[in-house]
Amino acid sequence: MTDQKTVTPFQRHTSSWYESSARDRVRLLLDAGSFREFIGPEAREMSPHLDLFDLPKQFDDGIVVGRGMLGGKPLFVAAQEGRFMGGAFGEVHGAKLTGLLRAARDTRPAIPVLILFDTGGVRLQEANAGELSISEIMRALVEARTAGAKVVGLIGGRSGCYGGGGLIAGTCSALAVSEHGRIAVSGPEVIETNRGIEEFDSKDKSLVWRTMGGRNRRLIGGADAFVDDTIEAFRAAALLLIERAPAFDLDMLKAEQARLTERLQRFGDCADAVDIWAREGIADARSVPGLSTEAFTAIADKAREPRYDAR
Amino acid sequence: METFSYRQTAGRRSAGTRAQAIVGVVASGNLEVLVERVLPDTECQIDVSTPISGFGKVWEAVVADFVERRSPGGLKLSINDGGARADTVALRLAQAVRLIEEDMK
Repeated sequence: MTDQKTVTPFQRHTSSWYESSARDRVRLLLDAGSFREFIGPEAREMSPHLDLFDLPKQFDDGIVVGRGMLGGKPLFVAAQEGRFMGGAFGEVHGAKLTGLLRAARDTRPAIPVLILFDTGGVRLQEANAGELSISEIMRALVEARTAGAKVVGLIGGRSGCYGGGGLIAGTCSALAVSEHGRIAVSGPEVIETNRGIEEFDSKDKSLVWRTMGGRNRRLIGGADAFVDDTIEAFRAAALLLIERAPAFDLDMLKAEQARLTERLQRFGDCADAVDIWAREGIADARSVPGLSTEAFTAIADKAREPRYDAR
Repeated sequence: METFSYRQTAGRRSAGTRAQAIVGVVASGNLEVLVERVLPDTECQIDVSTPISGFGKVWEAVVADFVERRSPGGLKLSINDGGARADTVALRLAQAVRLIEEDMK
């Protein structure tokens, strides 16, 4: 499926990433009219499992994959629809992303891949197939990076980036996240159920956001850019991160391992994200959640953790 | 899962040159409509797949109203329903036809 509409800068500046559908994000993010979808909805490549549960299917199984242009340069792009079953990975959904990453692995010269995450993790109705797809995606992603492709994740959708999506995000070359973006593996309710309310109170939304939200992820080096909730902001971040993302080699991996080891030593005993921000040297750490994007970005760019190039 | 297929005669061919379009999402109270220009000019077909059973009469009425208002000749519309109300269905059908009638740039 192709799109024909023109895109104006005004639309990019005024469209909320969070509110947009997966298809609108792709259409508005890329150069106007450049997107070509692979295995579009007309192919009706749908979940083979949901009938068993008498659940409705979606023609694209909740993910849009294809090829387009960004700033005049070609790239691959995948976008999850967070409103269909929480953007969860099922068998077909996962296979479409695996196939896209393998295409990136085999394309010469290498071109980047953008993954627009919006997911709660594995689709429970397709548990084993979904879990397997997470492994296949991570392997394909690492193979694509080894072949020279930069893989950039954009996170700011209503379902955040949880479960296997959080794992995949961790294997990307770089990540951009908005205020609304949340990145984690176990979600708040999962942690509370397994470890008790003393460990994590999922009803405490302030706790959830300052732990898993975009600001903390940026400050502890888990995300490489913090952006406003607009298509334009994500577009600018994608262009920047494709340019800046480090090469994938042994030196980078060693540097990343060293960074994570040191991070654990520095912050391992902190009970709350605010303690981490204070130890990071941020004056008035409690004010971080309320800062404007500009003020926050200025602080984050000076903090120690995000300055590492490694991922 | 209940499925319906309605084949009807439309007064005229739907405008525009796009081959296909899609609107909506399969979420609670919502639906997706895939529209494809694949039929003879005066025919239209609407295929429905819904997890909510027992509403055949309502679907039939919404579809009849849609065909009368929009005259979607040449179009095949395929619906994956997430339990949408009749007014939401009518809105999405109208959006789908509006989208496929847009000319290619």
